[in-house]
Amino acid sequence: MLRTLKLLWTYKYFLLIVLVDLVILFLHPVTGREVFRHTYFNFAEMISVIPPIFLLLGLLDVWVPRETIIRYLGERSGILGVALSIFLGAAAAGPLYGAFPVAAVMMKKGAKFSNIMIFIGAWSTLKIPMFLFEMSALGIAFAVTRWIASVIGVILITLVIDRLVSRQEQAAIYQRQEEAYIK
Amino acid sequence: MFTQILYLVSIGFLVISFAKDRKKTHAALVKALRAFLNILPDFATVLAIVGLVLTFLSPDTVAGLIGKKTGVFGMFITSIAGAITLIPGFVAFPLARSLLDKGAGIMQIAVFVSTLMMVGVVTLPLEIKYFGKKVAFLRNILAYLFSFVVAFIIGMVVA
Repeated sequence: MLRTLKLLWTYKYFLLIVLVDLVILFLHPVTGREVFRHTYFNFAEMISVIPPIFLLLGLLDVWVPRETIIRYLGERSGILGVALSIFLGAAAAGPLYGAFPVAAVMMKKGAKFSNIMIFIGAWSTLKIPMFLFEMSALGIAFAVTRWIASVIGVILITLVIDRLVSRQEQAAIYQRQEEAYIK
Repeated sequence: MFTQILYLVSIGFLVISFAKDRKKTHAALVKALRAFLNILPDFATVLAIVGLVLTFLSPDTVAGLIGKKTGVFGMFITSIAGAITLIPGFVAFPLARSLLDKGAGIMQIAVFVSTLMMVGVVTLPLEIKYFGKKVAFLRNILAYLFSFVVAFIIGMVVA
């Protein structure tokens, strides 16, 4: 009983929104059905992309030794680490929220903070699947210009964040992954 | 298509992992499930918010907001729309195309596409959960500002 309540409590915000949805459904059924339709599609999309991502990160966590990640993405990984971070992010599929848990495991394994930020940036806007789609919809000039400008932008943004966030603050973020992930 | 590839790759690795070491594979599956269940409450909240907001901020509404000749003010509007909405690419790009055909400026569309992909206001709680407030806010604000730079560059190159 207590366990069930505790479980429900972790979903309090979600349940609150569902309650709002239900009120809308009651007051204005047409809009309410739209809300539930959109929500359903969002969950359907999440369920379709998320399982392989978490499966991969579970396997990554168990099989890839910390030393390997440190070597390729760690403090001394240099330009290769930057290139690899861009590649890993760009090769991804799915919305940005899929990148966060992957980043968490990479941090746990000792990837450098700036490489994590580059990875997140690349995932957000440099995804190759999206790039191909963008090219067909908005033209080659548009997509290529945006992609190249964004590579530079992602690196610049990372440099600024790395500058503004102190070593201690970065260490606290790494600590956060240990706590959230292991539990 | 790419989701399928992702599935194929991950299942392929799972099979290899299972063939090599059952215990480790079991551990990997437990870790994957735990990581997922840990973040699910936040995930569910974000997805539910998006479902709610998207109903009132449909593509049609966004189209109406931009208008035809809106200049920098239009860019501001599209940037806000892009930053807030979480439209998947396969919906956003055709929408952007149809807006262009209706006479929307290339820079307004560019800033929309860029903010849409780089800035996530609704996913911010999730991002904060992983990276803390400072990094999450910094990344989103910088990405927002950068989107205007991208738009001006695209405006120069493409127009």
